[in-house]
Amino acid sequence: MSDHGEHGTHTEHIVPISTYLLVFLALMIGTGVTTWVAYIDLGKWNTVVALVIAFCKMILVVLFFMHVKYATGLTRVIIIAGFFWLGIMITLSCSDELTRTWEIVPQGWLGNGSMILPLLSRLF
Amino acid sequence: MSELAHGAHPQGFAHQFEDIEQQRDAGRLGMWTFLVTEILFFGGMFTSYIIYRLLHLPSFVQGSHQLIVKFGATNTAVLIFSSLTMALAIRSAQTGKKKGTIIFWLILTMILGAAFIAIKLRFEWYRDWTEGLIPGVHWFYNGPHAPGVKMFMCFYFFMTGLHAIHMVVGLGILTVLVIMTARDKFSSEYYSPLEISGLYWHFVDIVWIFLFPLLYLIGGRY
Amino acid sequence: MSTAVAELHEAPTEPRVNYLNATYGIRSWLLTLDHKRIGLLYLGSITLMFFVGGMAAVLMRLHLTEPQGALFEPETYNKMFSTHGIIMVFFFLVPSIPATLGNFLIPLMIGARDVAFPRLNLMSWYIFITGASLALFATLSGGVDTGWTFYPPYSSTYSHTNVTIVALGVFVAGFSSILTGLNFIVTIHKMRAPGMTWFRLPLFIWALYATSLIFVLGTPVIAITLFLLGMERILHVGIFDPAVGGDPLLFQHLFWFYSHPAVYIMILPGMGVVSELITAFSRKKIFGYAFVAFSSLSIAIISFIVWGHHMFVTGQSIYAGLVFSVLSFLVAIPSAVKVFNWTATLYKGSISYEAPMLYALGFIGLFTIGGLTGLFLASLATDVHLNGTYFIVAHFHYVMVGGAVMAYMGGLHFWWPKITGRLYPDLWARIAAAIIFLGFNLTFFPQFVLGYLGMPRRYAIYPQEFQVLNVMSSAGASILGIGYVIPLIYLIWSMRYGPPAGPNPWGAKGLEWTIQSPPLTENFEKIPIVTEDAYNYGSGASSV
Repeated sequence: MSDHGEHGTHTEHIVPISTYLLVFLALMIGTGVTTWVAYIDLGKWNTVVALVIAFCKMILVVLFFMHVKYATGLTRVIIIAGFFWLGIMITLSCSDELTRTWEIVPQGWLGNGSMILPLLSRLF
Repeated sequence: MSELAHGAHPQGFAHQFEDIEQQRDAGRLGMWTFLVTEILFFGGMFTSYIIYRLLHLPSFVQGSHQLIVKFGATNTAVLIFSSLTMALAIRSAQTGKKKGTIIFWLILTMILGAAFIAIKLRFEWYRDWTEGLIPGVHWFYNGPHAPGVKMFMCFYFFMTGLHAIHMVVGLGILTVLVIMTARDKFSSEYYSPLEISGLYWHFVDIVWIFLFPLLYLIGGRY
Repeated sequence: MSTAVAELHEAPTEPRVNYLNATYGIRSWLLTLDHKRIGLLYLGSITLMFFVGGMAAVLMRLHLTEPQGALFEPETYNKMFSTHGIIMVFFFLVPSIPATLGNFLIPLMIGARDVAFPRLNLMSWYIFITGASLALFATLSGGVDTGWTFYPPYSSTYSHTNVTIVALGVFVAGFSSILTGLNFIVTIHKMRAPGMTWFRLPLFIWALYATSLIFVLGTPVIAITLFLLGMERILHVGIFDPAVGGDPLLFQHLFWFYSHPAVYIMILPGMGVVSELITAFSRKKIFGYAFVAFSSLSIAIISFIVWGHHMFVTGQSIYAGLVFSVLSFLVAIPSAVKVFNWTATLYKGSISYEAPMLYALGFIGLFTIGGLTGLFLASLATDVHLNGTYFIVAHFHYVMVGGAVMAYMGGLHFWWPKITGRLYPDLWARIAAAIIFLGFNLTFFPQFVLGYLGMPRRYAIYPQEFQVLNVMSSAGASILGIGYVIPLIYLIWSMRYGPPAGPNPWGAKGLEWTIQSPPLTENFEKIPIVTEDAYNYGSGASSV
């Protein structure tokens, strides 16, 4: 038998219809709340609320509709890797795009060492 | 080693594998790997969107207000419903239901997917055409923040366009699945193509779950 | 006669039935699902692309023998270097080892009958051919002059060449890579023979697994990047235009997010090949197996967080420059670990100098030079001086040609007897390897000097004082070209006239050497059960 540790435990699990219906209901409620909140002034929190709900909806779809709750560790690693890599792309690109106007002030050889020397001298 | 006699392999078995379980695991791993490529593919768009939104928020707010929330919300509901029906189609196969049941759920999924496309085309994109909101093609918006709104609308069309293409491909896959089911290719032992197509379909739903707030609800509607 | 050839009681004969003669006719090749035949289909295609790209290089070097340019108008020269880059990067180097040697060997090395998805594998090849045809068509009908990097605004707004078609060709070929990578990942995870645990795998497999991770994670981003570029070219909406809020650097971020890891797609399989060659021709197990295996993974992972070093002087913020510079130094570490481990493997090994080993040794030296010069470029201050000069050109040719192509040639020679069942003439192979090594260094070492002295890259003309070095480089290029043509001749000759190789002409360890040459279509009569580690050569004394 081939060495595939993730052995057939996946499909054997049949999700009850009630679970699917509950998830469906939660997703619909989430959609409704997202839309409703958009018409209320929460300032910058509007976006936060919308994204948090979207994130929760995604988790529900992934865990239940896509059966990841019953899936192997390898599957989870793959999914996390995908999002992590997306995170790398966004974060490092933003590290440039959002810092274009940061000023670099040259400080000479000691720079903040002007703070370190007095500190050191207090120690000895 | 499970080298069964040739005729003893279950239906749908492919001979590069040792047994049907290895094949099933491989199919699932393959589809998840493919979905990771899709995360990165759409991700490139999302990255660009995030950067431009952070740098030009007022324009993006203005652009977002050109979209009609009720159609976006309806489409979100339609896709969520279609994910349910897809999950139920797979469950029918898993539990050994008659092929008519499986086909019923698959066709319902297809109808919902088609409804999504129809709403998009008829109520959103057609309206964008008549209002001159399609950059590079039919553009006569002259409200505030025109250049930024144009940029936003580019992203709107690229992201929803790519998403729609994925939906259409999904509809094609579903058609093939209906035909395969009608030809008795599936059973409670073997329904991998249904399962992995389901993964694809749910992924396309998830993309829309994020597109809705990110495109339609920027800056709120108050 | 080489002492490394295994001693047999009788001369080997070619097995009657093998994957090459199991079925006949062009349809049996064009519709094959056999990973070995698909590997050969790729071999033919990428060899063609290599010589097309090489032709462009020859023309460039001829042109550069004169300071005012010997052959072309500047516009045409721009098309030459763009074509050379696009074809060599996307249609030769990226697929080379994975699609040819990888496809052929992975199932053999892990003890499987085929890859996980043979039909996807064939589709991969057709997608590749489609993309390559589009790119070739665009080249022949006017070409592209943006450089292989396609930077806007030139590529999006000002260039009047076939940018969109070439971008489409690259976009399409990208899907070929994605499917190949996907296939390899699933195959390696799920189809290893009984007893073939992860840590008994040949390091070639680890290297290809790491490469496949990059294929899967990186390639989709170049796809979306080229899509955006194409849209901009067609719609003229200003996606990268600062006047309307766009940023040309966004293109560069998206482009290099793939293209930097892409260079590791090009080198990692080569490193995998070198691990196989060094162990086989020192008759010794690899020093520090786990370190080499994890280095492959580390290189693949770290490769994704260094891309900004291509943008130090294009307008990236200093803060990002600092971050990317530090991370770029980090990526050198696993590569260095590998070089140390190969060297330690050689120590007290029973070394023989057949052609594959010559290529492997050449790789170690040339890759080290190329890699070290990368550090000069990772350092912000020196990069300001060296960026945009021939120093960069020399750096990447040392790693890609002195590294990847040498490894590819070494691998091709090493496994040629397995692929074709025939031996090639090793004397000619060693002569060719020496010519290639000589020609390569003569071509590219002067370019380090030229770059340091300030000669810009991608320029059709140059100041008079650089002529001597340029002529040296061009002379080297012609020698290098001859060096590449010689194997083409004797390898093809050997397919018909070479003596039969037998299952294991090198006396090497590895599942692929336990079966007939050429293999059966189904690879193994019986799937093997693996009980020993990789490279089980014994303590270092000569043992077969």
